[in-house]
Amino acid sequence: MALKEVTTTGLLGWVDQRFPLTATVKAHLSEYYAPKNFNFWYFFGSLAILTLVLQIVTGIFLVMHYKPSATEAFASVEYIMRDVPFGWLVRYMHSTGASAFFVVVYLHMFRGLIYGSYRKPRELVWVFGCLIFLCLMGEAFFGYLLPWGQMSYWGAQVIVNLFAAIPFIGPDLALLIRGDFVVSDATLNRFFSFHVIAIPLVLLGLVGAHIVALHEVGSNNPDGVDIKALKDSKGVPLDGIPFHPYYTVHDIMGASVFFIIFSAVLFFAPEFGGFFLEYNNFVPADPLKTPAHIAPVWYFTPFYSVLRAATEDFLLYWMTPAVIAYTLLVFATVKRSIGKVIAAAVAVAMIGGFFILDAKFWGVVGMGASVVILFALPWIDNSPVKSIRYRPGWHLYLYGLFVAAFVILGYFGTQAPSEIGGVLSKICTLIYFGFFALMPWWSEMGEAKMVPARVTFAH
Amino acid sequence: MPRLIPSMVIKFVAKCVARSVTRLATLLTVFGLGTVVGLPAHASGGGVPLDRFPTEKLNDQTALQNGAKLFVNHCLNCHGAALMRYNRLTDIGLSEEQIRQNLLFTADKVGEPMKTSLSAADAKAWFGAQPPDLSVIARARASEQGSGPDWLYSYLRSYYRDSTRATGWNNAVFQNVGMPHVFWDLQGTRGARFEEIKAVKDDKGVTSGFLKVTVNFDEKGLRTETSEDLAQGEHPHEGTTVTLGKPVGGTLPGPEYDSAIGDLVAYLTFMADPSAKTRTRLGVWVLLFLTIFTVIAWRLNAAYWKDIK
Repeated sequence: MALKEVTTTGLLGWVDQRFPLTATVKAHLSEYYAPKNFNFWYFFGSLAILTLVLQIVTGIFLVMHYKPSATEAFASVEYIMRDVPFGWLVRYMHSTGASAFFVVVYLHMFRGLIYGSYRKPRELVWVFGCLIFLCLMGEAFFGYLLPWGQMSYWGAQVIVNLFAAIPFIGPDLALLIRGDFVVSDATLNRFFSFHVIAIPLVLLGLVGAHIVALHEVGSNNPDGVDIKALKDSKGVPLDGIPFHPYYTVHDIMGASVFFIIFSAVLFFAPEFGGFFLEYNNFVPADPLKTPAHIAPVWYFTPFYSVLRAATEDFLLYWMTPAVIAYTLLVFATVKRSIGKVIAAAVAVAMIGGFFILDAKFWGVVGMGASVVILFALPWIDNSPVKSIRYRPGWHLYLYGLFVAAFVILGYFGTQAPSEIGGVLSKICTLIYFGFFALMPWWSEMGEAKMVPARVTFAH
Repeated sequence: MPRLIPSMVIKFVAKCVARSVTRLATLLTVFGLGTVVGLPAHASGGGVPLDRFPTEKLNDQTALQNGAKLFVNHCLNCHGAALMRYNRLTDIGLSEEQIRQNLLFTADKVGEPMKTSLSAADAKAWFGAQPPDLSVIARARASEQGSGPDWLYSYLRSYYRDSTRATGWNNAVFQNVGMPHVFWDLQGTRGARFEEIKAVKDDKGVTSGFLKVTVNFDEKGLRTETSEDLAQGEHPHEGTTVTLGKPVGGTLPGPEYDSAIGDLVAYLTFMADPSAKTRTRLGVWVLLFLTIFTVIAWRLNAAYWKDIK
């Protein structure tokens, strides 16, 4: 069989006849045209890949010395910190990296939110991204058990027990996850397996899909302008520039600033005031001693607050009226009768459930829904424009309110339960869900500004 | 590491960066919202405010070495530090020979960990619970009330006699602690006075007055309790104030005892994270490199992007 015609020669030519090396580099780097008006928010995509690589590489070295056993795990982490040459550095890189990963990913998601990066044709980019976020949460949760400190142990105990709140299958499901009746050596071993093999494999596949999908449709930009609409005679978008070298040098700059902040934390405050390494986790896991205050690590606290907000009170006096009002809104505005039927059925099921089922179950549902609802974003945003820059001015306040609610939820998730914390968490839970649930309506409201034909680029 | 920059400068920079990063973290805790809604940062556990551990002792080798001596002589009998090897004490300026001669009581070789010779079963029988391993205790004891060293420094200086306890000792920071006062020969004995002001409520739960309950422990630990009604119309602060008596009969007078405990806590802090000093010194070099690298990356970026109009 004849070999493929290629323009490259020598070794590269030999390879190109057998593997699309030059073609791949061109398609994804040197001839992938990205909009030239990327701003600060666009650093976080490449930084997310950087932190992923950092976690994988440091993780490989940690696994060489870590012992996934209930009797040895805690001591083996300290062995890494003390006796393995530069083990402390690798371990702190991994623990700081976990928090850095979430910082970067939250900012990356926020960028997508404000510039409408999830809108057509980028729905799958967004969906893959949400799946990555789910994997990341799983990865962090499973990994947090491994140091086998008090917080590791009791955090896992609390979260696994949540699954027991699911009607009928709950207790058996919790047993299946734990592999035992309490969190134990069996749990540690399976969590280790998930943390180092299962989830990273899925995560890498999804990251690949996320990037392939992105490069298929092209990157969005802060103006939400479609750069492919205007091309030059060679078919290159007028506002597009090759990713390499322009954005590679740009991202190197971003990465070095990121590393400065990362190193400042890693070398000078690796515990970060108890936020990145919780104090109680320096006490070895003790199944007989429940800590007075069990709090997840900061990146889970917004969702944890949603969980805690679901009290009987909240379901009956806050959620029931909210669900009724929402159903009436659907009835008043949706024309198709199928929509009305679905809304009515969901409302009846929910309100019925509020009365019949355990509040804890609804907490679990709320916590799950607060992540799953992100998947719906491409289909609930009806704004005629993508970017916040051209949306009606008051939309900015809604986004601000949403961010404030998220931060407040996060703050109270770190704190022991309190009265004011409970009330604010409930308000913010309603704001959080209201933002998404009402988006089909509010995103259409107001006068959108004129979107220019070309991107804004001042130099 | 090359001595291009005097170590004084490195230390100073390290300290400044460490301080600012930690403060940022604290600021996040407090300012996150606490101040906005007027909340206390956390529901506090103990009533006694913690004293600040004199952190300068962490950089004082004499203090660290004295702390190691106190630790081996007073703590290692019941507590272990099984995650710490004896020869790591070379990091605080001791030679292996010095360690072998003076500190190696519970092991044969300097490469062995600091285990206790007290068996778990005996410990449980004598104290009701096994004394915790102290390897990372200085990190574990941190809370919103203060750093781990602050807690240890306050705790080890808050013992008083209490004849109602099996050991004859109690502690104002850690009430009803199982451990007796192991430094009593140094500090001496003392009593304590607890004044609790509490509201008196009638059947309907309405505050009708205030009661002041005073519990006093004398030097021998004898407990006396008195209570008095506070004058009507007064509205005092509810809560407990603790006054510890003046120690008598110890071999180290007040400030010297505080200093000795400071040395011990400095050692415990070193032991909890022995690489801390290497870490901050290396960190300065890393940040220095990254700063230069960032400048280069910034100029490189500008050089490429000057064509983009």
